[in-house]
This record gives sequence, C-alpha cells and structure tokens, in this order.
Amino acid sequence: MSAVRDLDGWETVVGLEVHCELRTQTKLFCGCRNAFGDEPNTNVCPVCLGLPGSLPVLNRRAVEYAMRIGLALHCQVQPSVFHRKNYFYPDMPKDYQISQYDAPINVGGWLELPSGKRVGIVRAHLEEDTGKTTHVGGGGRIHEAAHSLVDYNRAGVPLVEIVSQPDIRGPQEAREYVEELRAILVATGASDGKMEEGSLRVDCNVSVRPVGSGTLGPRCEIKNLNSLRSLARAVSYEAARQVEVLAQGGEVAQETRHWDEQEGRTYSMRSKEEAYDYRYFPEPDLVALQPSPDWVESVRRSLPALPAERREEVARAAGVPVSSEAVATVVRLGLDGLVRAAVSAGADANLALRRLANEVAAGLEDHGPPDAGAFARLVQMEAGGELTPAQARAVLRLLMEQGGDPAGIAERLGYQALAADALAQVLDQVVGAHPREWERYCAGDDRLAGFFIGKVKAATAGQADLRAATTLLQQRRATA
Amino acid sequence: MPVTVALYDGRVDQPNPRTSISPAEVAHVARLARLALSEEELSMYTTQLAAVLGHAADIAALDIEGTPPTAHPFPLADVFREDEPRPGLDRDEVLSQAPDVEGPYFRIPRIMGDAP
Ligand SMILES: [Zn+2]
Repeated sequence: MSAVRDLDGWETVVGLEVHCELRTQTKLFCGCRNAFGDEPNTNVCPVCLGLPGSLPVLNRRAVEYAMRIGLALHCQVQPSVFHRKNYFYPDMPKDYQISQYDAPINVGGWLELPSGKRVGIVRAHLEEDTGKTTHVGGGGRIHEAAHSLVDYNRAGVPLVEIVSQPDIRGPQEAREYVEELRAILVATGASDGKMEEGSLRVDCNVSVRPVGSGTLGPRCEIKNLNSLRSLARAVSYEAARQVEVLAQGGEVAQETRHWDEQEGRTYSMRSKEEAYDYRYFPEPDLVALQPSPDWVESVRRSLPALPAERREEVARAAGVPVSSEAVATVVRLGLDGLVRAAVSAGADANLALRRLANEVAAGLEDHGPPDAGAFARLVQMEAGGELTPAQARAVLRLLMEQGGDPAGIAERLGYQALAADALAQVLDQVVGAHPREWERYCAGDDRLAGFFIGKVKAATAGQADLRAATTLLQQRRATA
Repeated sequence: MPVTVALYDGRVDQPNPRTSISPAEVAHVARLARLALSEEELSMYTTQLAAVLGHAADIAALDIEGTPPTAHPFPLADVFREDEPRPGLDRDEVLSQAPDVEGPYFRIPRIMGDAP
C-alpha cells in the first residue's frame, strides 16, 4: 500500500498525548534520584520497586512543576486525587501505575501555535513513569524478542501527561504543536524537553473524515514515536491507511497501533481480548491534592514570558505580523533577547529581526549567537548606511565566528559605504549618462528605478548603500 | 472534615445498583488479575462478589443529595515531601531477590505487545 495516497476529500484529525518527564531531583513518590543515564537499577528503593509495606509520599516540587505546566497552557488548576491504574506488564513492579483519572490537577486549557491557531488542552495530569525494558534478540523488536531486560531507575519518575483536543489537522500541524509545547515546557523550567532522551514522548490519535464532516471517525492510537520526524511520518502513513480502508468499503477499527520507524508503517499489536481494562480505583496510600489559591497564584506569577507572548513582543517591535516565519524562528531559537537589545540601543528592530532570522539563525549551530551589544551596533551601522547589506552580512559572519567589534571588523575588511556626498556624485553621473531613461522614470515609469540603482552598484563596485541610493534617486525625481 | 474533590467531567460511573455478577465476568476479572481459578473457585467467587455488589447497591441506594464526594476517609490533604534525594537500596541486594537477572538488569521472559 502506498503511504502517499491522495487524501483529496479527506481531512486528517489528530489529538496528541504528550508525556513530559519533570526536572525534579527525585522521583514522584520516593527520594530516589531522577537522573537519566545512571547505571541500571541504582536509583531504586522499596517504594519504586513496589515492595510490601512501602508508602508513597508526594514530591512537592513535582506538584509545583505540574501547576506551572497547567498554568502555561491556560488550564484551570483544581483539587485532584491519585488513582491506581492496574495492569500487568513488567515495566511497573507494583503491577499498577499511580496516575490521575477523573480528577486531574489541570483541566481545560489551550495552546497557541505560531500560526495563531489555538489547540484545546483537555487535561494535564500527574503520574509516575514506568521502568525501561530492553528487548533482547529479534533485532530489538518486541514481538520477536527472546527475552527482555528491565531497569527500574525510571520507574516512579514524575511525568505530566498533556492531552490535546482533536484540534490538530495533519502531520505538519502535529509537529508544530509538539514544537510549541516543547518550547513552553522548557520555558517553564519543568522539563528539559529532550525527545532523544525520552524526556518528551508522544502518542497520537489519528482519524480521518470527509472534508466538511462534523463528526469524528474511529481513531487509532499510535505508539513508539521517538522524534518529530517519526510523528509526522506516522500521521501521514496512518491517515493514508485509513482512507485506503474506507475507500475499499471497509471500516477502521479503533485500536492501538505500533509505529515501525524502519519499515515506515504502523501495525496492529493486540487482539481484541487483550483490550485493556485498567480497573482504576483511588490510591488509598495518598491523600488529595488541594493547592491553595495563594500557592497557585505564586506559581502563576513565577512563570516567565512564554513563547506566544515573546512572539507578540518581537512582532510588535519589528512591525510585522505575529504569524510571520521570521518571528517564529527568532523566538524558537531564543534570539528574541537580541531584538530587545537592538531596540534598546536604538537600532532598527525590523532589520535586526531579518538579520537574526536569516544570517544568525543559519550560523547559530556552529558559532552560537553574536554578542548583543555588537549585534546592535552592526544593525545601526547598516541602517545608517555605513555598511551595505552585503557588507553587513559579511561583518556579521565574522562577528559570530570570532567576536569583536563591528566597526573594527568593517575597517579591517576595508568596508566603507560611500559617503553621502560621494554617492550623490555617482548618481549625478549615472543620470547624466542615461537621459532617455531618466525622462521615462520622471514620467512615472518606476521600473527604471532598478535600472539606475543597478548602474550605481556597478559604478561603485558594490560599495554603495543601495537603500540610501534609492532614497536619493526618489528625492532627485521629486525635485526634478 | 473529610476532604472533598469536585469531579470535573462527570465521567465517573454512577454507582451501579447491580447485585449479581456472571461467572464469565468473574473469569474476565480473574484473567485481568492473572489468577487461574478452578471451577469451584469461580463459583465461590461469583457468589462472594455478588454479596459485595449487594453491599455496594445498599450504599448506592442512600440519598446523598447535597453530600459532596469524599476523596479519602482521613481529614487530610496536601501531604508532601521535599524534593531531596535519599539513598535507595543496594543493587546487588535488590537483584539477589529477583527470580532471574542478567548483568545489572532484571531478566524477564519474552513478552507480547507494547506496554499499555
Ligand atoms: Zn525509589
């Protein structure tokens, strides 16, 4: 079956469940360390191994992080209780996971994508993570494995599970949602957002329906998505699979499917009688959680500016739409502080934004961001006509590679935009040499502006500030 | 005062006034709990669980209009520990209790399917 079947006439509906490990020092219900990459089974105790007679006690910091996440997602923080989710699987030595069921800590919020679209958040609840199983034999695949090995260091690590409404349409938007959510989680300080270390794990629910339909089709839950790329691929594949099933007159079975990254497909794992029945009941060893309004408010006040807010600030300063790509890029890369620095130094915010979204973004991975003060001075030099755009880009590159002062770098490179009077002289010569074109330009043929600027550029071997030249040209016509 | 928690979406089932349970349902629950029951046990537990359900039905019949739901019999909420690490158990000791180990890991038989 082709994964690129034409989805014409069909809409892909996606809801996401994101599990986020919290950056606490210790586990959710015991004092064992919460640390990635430690020697297997070294961070374990009677509580997280589920030994008889042990008593879980809730980690205050984990609750605070959960509230930060809820508040950052515009949720209501409410009184909540813990439940036991019963199942037999060797990743939990207790044979149940402590989670929240019908009274989760956060409910009813939303997240705004860079495009401006809002995705509803159903809930964001606290629960404990499971241990890590490694399947041995059969190339690491579960169904072919000979046996499995278990490390319980992760069992009991605090998680917040964030459940979205099925408001997401298609693979690209699913990706944008997770990227935005990750940025929010990192901004709150609750998570390191590292998908590659499993700090952030995504399950997705996919269904399809005819475009224009208001009802939801049966959905499949897809597990084992370890990267944004897997997520987008799995959503595309699964939507195409479901459309194919429907096109052939079949019905989509509501089920859990496993994503196989190598094969690039999902497959069904469980037979019907394996359907899970978790028999939730209230965890008798834990009491209710009722954060006081004062506590909730102090957590709300401690939240830093979140990505959506930062995008608005950058867009306002630069005078561009908040949904513009440059704004999203600059905030995603954490470069908005440089826009702020440029603005407070009196430099042009729009020019700063463009340089950041292009040249700085491109060189960021290799060189890190430029010094804020030096960057602001460079933007001022370019805006003031001391450097041409091409020269400014070259200076910026060196600024990122080597540091230093933009004026010094420009001097070393022999860069000097033509002084205004010299530029005026060049323009006089160019206009004098092309009287017919000048006449047409004066008669209102604006296309000739490019002709004259091209001549100025050639005559000055690229040393002229072309924006300044354009301004001069327009002034000259206005007074002609 | 018992701690009360408002349930947010009404997803909790209303108390079920049933007083009977079928042997097939008992067998299903036994399977979920990984219990192998003999025919006699199945019949015994079917009777016993029906009595438990009867008790629940008695409670469900009470007029609780105006009584808020109770989260816990103890009049307590917000019991915390600080986020400070404490030493756990020695790995050798922990692994020595396991039926099977391999290196630093617990070793378990082949399992079917993903974790739920
Ligand atoms: Zn522990």
